[in-house]
This record gives sequence, C-alpha cells and structure tokens, in this order.
Amino acid sequence: MAGALKGIRVADFSWVWAGGYAIELLAFLGAEVIKIESKRRPDSPRQFTASMGDTYPDLDASPVFNHLNLNKLSVTINLSKPRGVELARRIAAISDVVAQNMGPEAMKGMGLDYEDLIKVNPDIIYLSSSASGATGPHGRDVGFAPVFAALGGFSSITGYPNGPPALSMGEIDMLCATTSAFAILVALIHKAHTGEGQYIDLSFAEAVSALIGDILLDYTMNEKVQKRQGNVDNIMAPHNCYPCKGEDKWISIAIANDEEWCRFCDVLGKREWIEDKRFSDSYSRWSNQEELDKLVGQWTRGFTNYEAMEVLQQAGIAAVPSFSAEELYYDPHLAQRDVWVKVNHPVMGEQTTLAPPWKLSATQAKITCASPLMGQHNAYVFEELLGLSKAETKKLEEEEVIY
Amino acid sequence: MSDKQALHGVKVLELARFIAGPYCAKLLADMGTETIKIEKPGVGDEARKREPFLNDIPHSERSGLFLYLNTNKLGITLNLDSPTGNEIFKKLVQDVDVLIEDNPPQELAEKGIGYENLRQINPKLIMTSITPFGQTGPYRDYKAYYLNTCHAGGIGYLTPLGSSYPDRPPLKWGGYSSEYACGLVSAVATLGALYSQRLNGMGQHIDVSKQEALLSLAKVFVACYANEERIADRFKGLLQGDAARRLFSATRCQDGYALLVPIFERQLESLEKLLGSSESEQAKDRHQRIAQWLASETKEEVYTKGQAARIPAAPIRDVSEVVNSEQYEARAFFTEVEHPQMGRVKIPTAPYQFSKTPWSNKYAAPLLGQHNEEVYCHRLGYSKQDLVMMRQTGII
Repeated sequence: MAGALKGIRVADFSWVWAGGYAIELLAFLGAEVIKIESKRRPDSPRQFTASMGDTYPDLDASPVFNHLNLNKLSVTINLSKPRGVELARRIAAISDVVAQNMGPEAMKGMGLDYEDLIKVNPDIIYLSSSASGATGPHGRDVGFAPVFAALGGFSSITGYPNGPPALSMGEIDMLCATTSAFAILVALIHKAHTGEGQYIDLSFAEAVSALIGDILLDYTMNEKVQKRQGNVDNIMAPHNCYPCKGEDKWISIAIANDEEWCRFCDVLGKREWIEDKRFSDSYSRWSNQEELDKLVGQWTRGFTNYEAMEVLQQAGIAAVPSFSAEELYYDPHLAQRDVWVKVNHPVMGEQTTLAPPWKLSATQAKITCASPLMGQHNAYVFEELLGLSKAETKKLEEEEVIY
Repeated sequence: MSDKQALHGVKVLELARFIAGPYCAKLLADMGTETIKIEKPGVGDEARKREPFLNDIPHSERSGLFLYLNTNKLGITLNLDSPTGNEIFKKLVQDVDVLIEDNPPQELAEKGIGYENLRQINPKLIMTSITPFGQTGPYRDYKAYYLNTCHAGGIGYLTPLGSSYPDRPPLKWGGYSSEYACGLVSAVATLGALYSQRLNGMGQHIDVSKQEALLSLAKVFVACYANEERIADRFKGLLQGDAARRLFSATRCQDGYALLVPIFERQLESLEKLLGSSESEQAKDRHQRIAQWLASETKEEVYTKGQAARIPAAPIRDVSEVVNSEQYEARAFFTEVEHPQMGRVKIPTAPYQFSKTPWSNKYAAPLLGQHNEEVYCHRLGYSKQDLVMMRQTGII
C-alpha cells in the first residue's frame, strides 16, 4: 500500500534542521518532495553540524543531512539568477505545497513569496516558518533552536532548581519541524475538501510556547511564574532519576498513589516505610521527597538500571532507565519494533537511521531511500516533469543556472 | 469566530486522559473538527485534578491544564464497563472519522472494542492509539508516567544540556512539554491518515509509542551512536573541550540570562562588528568577550542589538515575559476564552496563522458531562427519561 500522501508534491525550499525535518515527515507519509538547493548556498547540514563539532568536506557525505532529508529528491538551482527563479517557479506550479524557512524576506527578494507563486499556482499551500513569525516588531528575527527555546519560555522552566536555565539544541528544531508538518497537513485536508490553498505563517518560538500552555495559564490566571524544578512533579513523589550501577546510569521512578507506594516498599524490602510518618501518604512523601530520594538512591545503586526496571515493573511500578544512545541502540524492545533502519547511501554506504515515529496499518510510513546527493534528480525533474530537453538542461548547467 | 475551518466536517471521538491524547485531539479540534471527549462518570480526566487552578483553589472544573488541553470539545461521560455503555460507545464510533485513545494495549480489545472490532462497524475509522511503548514489543505493558516516557525517549539523558553537575541526575523537560510533544507527533500521523481517508474512504490503525515519538526528536543524536559509536550526553552533547561551553551556555547579563548563537560565518563577522573588538582583542577567546559585553547589557538589549545585526540572539524569557511579549501581543498569540465556571481566561492560540482558515475558539473546555443531553438525546435519539435512568445506573 502506498503512503498516505501519495500524489502530493512538495517544492521544498526549507533548510537546516527545523526546515529539513518538517518536510521529511511529509516524505515519510509518501509525498514526493523536491528539495531545491544549490552549490551557491548548500543546506548547512551538508557542510557542518555545530552542535556536534563536525564538518563535512563532501556535500554528499553528511550523516546528519541524511537523517533529515530521507526519501527526498534533490535539484540544484541557482536562485540568484532570474532563469533559476523561473525554474523554481515552474516546480512550484506543479506542486501542492511550497515550504520555506529562509527568513520571511529572502523569498520575496527572489520573487518566490506567496504573492508571486499564486500567479503560477493559485491553489498552492505555502508555509513560511521563522524564529518569531513573519509579522510583528520581531518579524525579521533569525535564530536556531536555542533562540526558539529561550523566547518560547522552555529554557526558563527546564533545569535544576538552583542551576542555570537549560539550553536546547536539535530536539527543539525537530519539535518545530513537527509543528510545521502538522500545519501543512491541516492545509492539505482543507484543500482536499475545497480545492483551496493558502498561506501559513509559523513562529518557532510560539511552537515552543504551545507546549507549556498550562504553565502560561498559571501566569495568566494566577500571576504565578513557574521556575525550574528538575524532575519534581506537583503531586507525585518519589518522582526522580536515581543512580544505578555504572557511570552516569540512572533509572526514573514515579509513584502515583498509596497502592503503588506499598508495592514499591515491598520490592525494596522496606515495609517499615509504609508506616513511617515521613512517607505514609502522598502529601508527606511529597513534602519529604529530598530525604526520600536519598533513601531510594541507596537502593537503586545496588542494581543496573535494567535490573531495577525489571524488578520494579514486575511489581507494577513505573520505572524506566534514562536511556543513553548506546542503550537505545541495543534495547530489545526498540529492536523488536524495528525502530532502527539501515539505508544504503550512494556515497557513505550503509547508514543506520530511525524509522518514522508512527506505525500506520494501511498507508505505511516508510523510509524508501537515503537522502539525495546534490542535484541527483535534476534529469527527472527538469526533463521528465518540466519537459526540458537534454540540450536545454545542458545549456542551463553551463550557464550555472542549474548549479 | 470564523465559520470557515480547515477540518470542518471531520468527526473525532476522544477516549484519552491527561496530556498526550487530549492534546492531539485539541490540535485537531482547534482547526475545526467536531470532537466528543469521553470521560469516566463522576471522576473525569485526571488533568482536572492538576494545577494551575483558578486563584489556586483546587476544583475539578477550574483547572487551567484541563482548560487548555480540551478547548473546542464537547464533553460526555460514559462507563465503558457497563454493557449498555459499551453499546453506546460502538454507536458513537459508527459515526466518526477518528478515534484518539490512550488505553493500555489490549484493554479495549478485551472489552470488545479494539480496532479489529471497531473496523467492522466503521471501515473508514482512523484509530490513533497513543501509549508509552506502543502496541507491540516486550515493554508494551510496562507502566510509565510522563517522567518515565521522557527518560525512555532519550531526551531526558540529554537534559539539561550544558550541565556542569556530573553528580546530578538527567532531567525531564520542563512542565509536561514532552507529553505535549507526543500528542503533536501523533497528530501528524492522524492527519496523514485522514488525508488518505478523505480521498479513498479507507480507515486504519495508528500505533504511536511515546518513547518513539520522543526519540524522533533526538534521532540525530541517538543515531550518532549507531553509526559512529559516539554517545551524546548532557554535559557536552557530542562536542569536545571548550566548544560545548561556548555553544551550550546561557550567559548572565544585567537582569538575567541571554544567549547569542552565531553559527554561520556571516553571523560571526557581524558579532565581531557588534562587539567592536580591535584586531588584537579578536585573537582572544570570543566567548569571554561575549560574556563581557553581555554583563553590561540587559537581556532585551542583547536581543534587540543582536537581532538588528542579524545574529541569532535571544533573552531567556521567564513565563511572565513570554505572556507579556510585545511580539506575541502583535501576533495575537494569546486570546481570551469564556469558561462557564472560570470566566474569561487568557490562553495561547496556535503557532501557525492560516490565511484562509484561521485558528478559532468555539467552546472553552467542557464541564464534566456538559454535553450528555446534546449527544445522547439529540444525536443518538435517547429520551430525557433514558438519560435519567442511565445517570442513576452509573452508565453516564
């Protein structure tokens, strides 16, 4: 069975993580995605990954670009040349969706903003995503994930109570990307209903704020400014990560009620805690949680994080390790769910990546191919889709329009 | 409110609690689906028992968490364990496009209302099941609260990034944000399936594991181990030496913290201009010079001056500053909704602005069983007397 979005074509002008991954999600769902890029301004993950300290001398050999651009096609178009813009417009004219996150003004400068493209495709869906959105006094903001997390309020509420605010890198980009994919899908369904396309202006900072709605309401309702509180919950205790055997190994344990607490004490062989005034009900456990955390930690230290998970889960206690990348890679559960997927990349060879994050029973979301090489699909797109002759594309290459 | 909504005409049933499932359904409801939320009679969704409460007075109809997560939904109560309740549930399913649920795997099947049962009565049904570890695999029946799923999904181990406390544990994301993220990831798959259903009438079952939903956000970092045996941690990410300190630290300024993230060459050049450093100074550690500059500025000045020079710069905003942000105000990111018990409450709208089908609010969150009469009498054809009976017998 084909993917859910079979027949949908996306002209993908997006780049970096938040842009690239958004459209990869649509490609996982079966859309035909044409990534429009150029040697003049290669997508940064083809060149380097700041948060890993890596640079890639070959634009066609970046593992990070690969993770973010699976299932896509690539064409190389020099958008600084009018004929390049013309080619890009022709791709937009035969697409359902255009997506870009180069900053609200860059596309306008090139004649590729929404107003330009509805002239060639009146029903186009056009997503413009940026750090703070395209309107308002900060409508020109530039940023990466740490900026979105800082502006959106996430950093101020994540971290140790007495430590600095936590910075965020790629995960926040991926979250913003997922939000972008959702917005495009909403517009696609509206288009399926009515035939009508539209313009979407998305703010990454707001995408972050949307995920802390309750905390924002605590301020709008009660003027309370919540701060960083580590792993602490408002009701549950124990509710923390506890040290296990080995270096930087931890298990998360959460106890929601007296019933779980009794079973927990049983497993630990500490039935006396059930009667202990410090811990005998939820309120006292919550109030004395620092003391309780120390005692629980003394027990967990005697086990590996997997051993602790096994013995506690047997008793119906919510206990799961804080998994590292290594543990996740070897984890039997993820292996059985086919989470790790090998793709064959034409330059890098076999690469391991993650399967799409959902299992659809009918329109399976699949990885069908590795990320594209620069311009790997020029011939298909320019000749088959746009109908240019071989001679014409050759000339455009010589003129560095296809570049 | 606009009567033109993107998901107008799409019917959704929600049998979910707390954050992830309800947030998934809310994302759809805010774009125009007709959504019925099912809660346990007398008890309701556990989010009702969670802060923030209006004026800090605990009350199951005055939770801001429940309000935010359940806008634009109709609310009914239904006891699925009673045979009549079970039948009513099937009647409701007959008529919907999407069912969003978060029950432990097999639990609905044991009650005769698993996907295999429901597809018989409604072949176009899209059923999205959101559970900690998914419907299959050795951990599928493991218990996990939001703390556990956050750490199961690999993002906990990386939090807080830039930590300088080797003896302190890895952390969850602030608030319930990781659970919201699971709801968002689920919503993408649900809409993908819905798009396909709009074209060919075909339903399907979607299995979302929260662990995998969160893993998708950290995939670049975790896959680094698979390919290169490098393990990212919360102290340095994947960086070496000082690089981590430079990239991952918020810097103190006069009134809090701010950050500058010049990553592209042109941004570094702009930064040097902004810092006004002489050539001899430029040879010195840039991070130190940034720290010196920030120490003399307020965080909003760093933001304004940095962005004016096209450098990724931001203040670390606390919650009050987010709500009062001039930018959010200009974009009307917050709006007021009218709640029957809480009065007017200011809530976030959505991070996307659609030119033709804008976000809108029709209802605040439902009171427990608020729409029983509308749904049971007006849609399913029960009489008011039936309703009284069903209430007395604990079915609704």
